[in-house]
Amino acid sequence: MKRLVFTNLLTRRIMSTSSQKPIENSICKKLTGKFQPQHLEVINESSKHNVPKGSETHFKVVVISDNFEGIPLIKRHRLVNEVLKEELENGVHALSIVAKTQVQWEESGQHVSKSPPCRGGTGL
Amino acid sequence: MMNILRKSIPNRQSLSAFSRILVARYSENTGSKEYIDGLVKDKKLVVFMKGTPAAPKCGFSNAVVQILDFHGVKQYDSFNVLEDEDLRQGIKEYSNWPTIPQVFIDGEFVGGCDLMLEMHKNGELVDELQKVGIKSALLDKKDEGS
Repeated sequence: MKRLVFTNLLTRRIMSTSSQKPIENSICKKLTGKFQPQHLEVINESSKHNVPKGSETHFKVVVISDNFEGIPLIKRHRLVNEVLKEELENGVHALSIVAKTQVQWEESGQHVSKSPPCRGGTGL
Repeated sequence: MMNILRKSIPNRQSLSAFSRILVARYSENTGSKEYIDGLVKDKKLVVFMKGTPAAPKCGFSNAVVQILDFHGVKQYDSFNVLEDEDLRQGIKEYSNWPTIPQVFIDGEFVGGCDLMLEMHKNGELVDELQKVGIKSALLDKKDEGS
């Protein structure tokens, strides 16, 4: 599983287990620009699904931003979908979203649930 | 003859609406707004998914089925978008939501897998089901425990 993680300025870490990928980078750049997150994870989960190796089709994004304060959950997801509209129309097939404020993130124990296992689908 | 027909229809706008109704009723355009309105409006719970509740073909769709099952909800309309590419694309445009599964309660889009899971965790799903007269099994368990 390939993972890009950006945390706040005080504890900035970048962890990558693979070379940079264009869609993953684009997602990261757009989410950063739109939400100025205190914590951001962009996780390529394509390898867990019935798609060719090296695909960029299934992603989980964890966006922790106080810009979400006061915004209903469905609206937060729609905002993320809107920002990543181009990617979703051009190859990204599944997008799992965690969109929380910093307080909510702390209260959740900074826990990211695992995505459900693939059941084969039809490839795409 | 055509003049008689034209006079029988009040105005062009009505003609367009009438035509749309005919198209929705008799066309095979399963991705149209009119067709999908027919699937979700006035329905308590509708799920657009990959596969069927008995045999989901996608982990996210399966998760939605499992959440509903956990709440004791087994009776609902479900549509397998893998069998209908027009519907698969149409539902995304209809709800302005890019992914499958999609859950509608009382004709309104409420979310996909992530939102259903959050609603399950925070108790909102029990309330949403209650609004359409579906009693969650969790309420029965809560009553038994009290």
